[in-house]
Amino acid sequence: MAYSEKPAGKRTLGSFLPEAVLAPSVLMVLVGVYGFMLFSVILSFTGSKMFPRFVFTGFDQYERLFSNPRWTVAVQNIFIFASLYIICATLLGLLLAILIDRRIRAEAVFRTIFLYPMALSFIVTGVIWQWLLNPGLGLERMVQSWGWESFSFKWLVDPDMAIYTVVIAGVWQVTGFVMAMFLAGLRGINQEILSAARMDGAPTLKIYSRIIIPALRPVFLTAFVIEAHLAIKSYDLVVALTKGGPGYATELPSTFMYTTTFTRNEMGLGAASAVVMLVALAVIIIPYLYSELRNERRG
Amino acid sequence: MPAQAQDQGSVEVLHWWTSGGEAAAVNVLKENLEQQGIAWNDMPVAGGAGEAAMTALRARVTSGNPPTAAQLLGMSLKAWAEEGYLGDLTEVAEPEGWDAVVPEPIQEFGKYDGHWVAAPVNIHRPNWLWSNAKIFEENGLTPPKTWEEFNQVAQTLQDKGIQPLAHGGQNWQDATIFDDVVLGIGGPEFYQKAIIEADPEALGSDTMVQVFDQMRKIRGFVDPNFSGRDWNLATAMVLKGDAAMQLMGDWAKGEIIAAGMKPGTDILCTTAPGTEGAFLFNTDFFAMFDVGEERKPAQLAMASAAMSPEFQETFNLAKGSIPARTDVPGDQFDPCGQKSMADIKAAQEAGTLMGSMAHGHAQPPAVQGAMFDVVTNHFNSDQSSADAAQALVDAVAAAQ
Repeated sequence: MAYSEKPAGKRTLGSFLPEAVLAPSVLMVLVGVYGFMLFSVILSFTGSKMFPRFVFTGFDQYERLFSNPRWTVAVQNIFIFASLYIICATLLGLLLAILIDRRIRAEAVFRTIFLYPMALSFIVTGVIWQWLLNPGLGLERMVQSWGWESFSFKWLVDPDMAIYTVVIAGVWQVTGFVMAMFLAGLRGINQEILSAARMDGAPTLKIYSRIIIPALRPVFLTAFVIEAHLAIKSYDLVVALTKGGPGYATELPSTFMYTTTFTRNEMGLGAASAVVMLVALAVIIIPYLYSELRNERRG
Repeated sequence: MPAQAQDQGSVEVLHWWTSGGEAAAVNVLKENLEQQGIAWNDMPVAGGAGEAAMTALRARVTSGNPPTAAQLLGMSLKAWAEEGYLGDLTEVAEPEGWDAVVPEPIQEFGKYDGHWVAAPVNIHRPNWLWSNAKIFEENGLTPPKTWEEFNQVAQTLQDKGIQPLAHGGQNWQDATIFDDVVLGIGGPEFYQKAIIEADPEALGSDTMVQVFDQMRKIRGFVDPNFSGRDWNLATAMVLKGDAAMQLMGDWAKGEIIAAGMKPGTDILCTTAPGTEGAFLFNTDFFAMFDVGEERKPAQLAMASAAMSPEFQETFNLAKGSIPARTDVPGDQFDPCGQKSMADIKAAQEAGTLMGSMAHGHAQPPAVQGAMFDVVTNHFNSDQSSADAAQALVDAVAAAQ
């Protein structure tokens, strides 16, 4: 009967507090993220130029988008960039984590060194690598000044190779972070299983390939999702490193979206490209979320 | 007096003239207005040149709180006017006779629907060729007057181990050269048809194929490192004698003067090959937004001050450009500026004063962007000239 004085419908101020505090941020996310996503989708079906203009034109903007050679280059580039970026960063990060996990001396120093690039913004990374890779300033000039006159490394100014310089800079930046994730995963592996395997006389290589790496599966997934979204939204790296050039050889969907929307007054076309990026990202993220949520329920 | 000078309102101005000379020149306008009791507020936009400011401007205007005035270039001015956001300056423009002193092609941008909406403050000429006098003298050469001569001169220089042309591989710089080549090879009528009217026949014509052939030759005269270089670094190459020539607008004079050299003597200025007699322009405007009645008097005072011959002279001496009013005396200007002032009058009479595509005075941003893409892609690949001309036709059609 003690509860009868406090009917279920009437709650105290204190019990409202969590909801009250969360409400504004939930509202902001709803409007600022999902609301504007919806707005972009709507815009992509209009003929908007400089300002939103709700004259609906069906799939016109998407047709224009996919017949635009610049967008074709952007899509090709994001495939090259994202796949190489994800593969290289994951493998290098795993390798570094395994090496550091071998109880090396001065582990903390190495960890810091490898993690440090993550502390730099993409703009800084881009500028550093622009200097390093510029044939007239950086690597090529340095090696030539050492006497190897015929040395040549002109990827940055070669339209066919420039996108790979973006990969180099991107991988350099993110590898340390991936390493940290794998290191945490490695440290979380049950040592008893490993001891047991060692006791049975399993060679180190086999322990890694059969036990440790399979046990890191969740880390691989997380790393993949983080790298994939970093790759799709990478914008500042390209802007700082190549400005999209030579020509528009290093154009990415994100730089395409910005230029069309904000400097070329093609808001509808820009929105269409943004929606295509969103869909691409959803294709990657939704299966991941699905499997995560399923695991959660099971657990 | 001070009592009267108080509180005549204020103006809020968005611009990105922040370099030393430019800032000093804007200050002249600011002081002029402050003497009339009008306060001057710069609308600060982090990120400096252009894009960030334009994005901020759009947000301000759509939210119903436009600044008094904003620095805008030709075609974007038209877009703003078409959207109906710009005010009416007839009250000052008519009595002050702007129509009589501003060249007609520039009026087309400053006026919308028959009334003035913006005050033009300068005229830049993008079709200049800057040459290092010492290099030319030592090699017994003179700055080329046609594209054929240009190829010969550049080849001679290259054979002697001198870098013929300084260039920065950014799309607007590629397009600046493209403008020069279209005008130089096709002539003013072709430029008018192809670039300003975007006539598909002209865009895909044999002349355009020749233009791309010439672009390919020019590509052979720039150093392998040109990609992404800023224009002022390219200018510095000419100043230092690392390269012989640069095709660039007259804002390059700022760099020349800053390096302690004399435009016209140390660095020669000639019109870009084949373009003598014609004048490409780009003009900065103070676009006047449609503000409420209470802010209008200050806005009109500002428009009037920006159009005063004194301000136009001071400002353009600092900016490297020439006044938008053709009645300002030229005796204070350097030889290149004086040539510009004489040439613009001749071009106006001959009907060869035309907007520059590379600098946003020929096509709306979408079409301009499409042209940029084709030009820069051709310049940075081994695409054939015929394919490039066809690509130009297609891209322009798709963007319209």
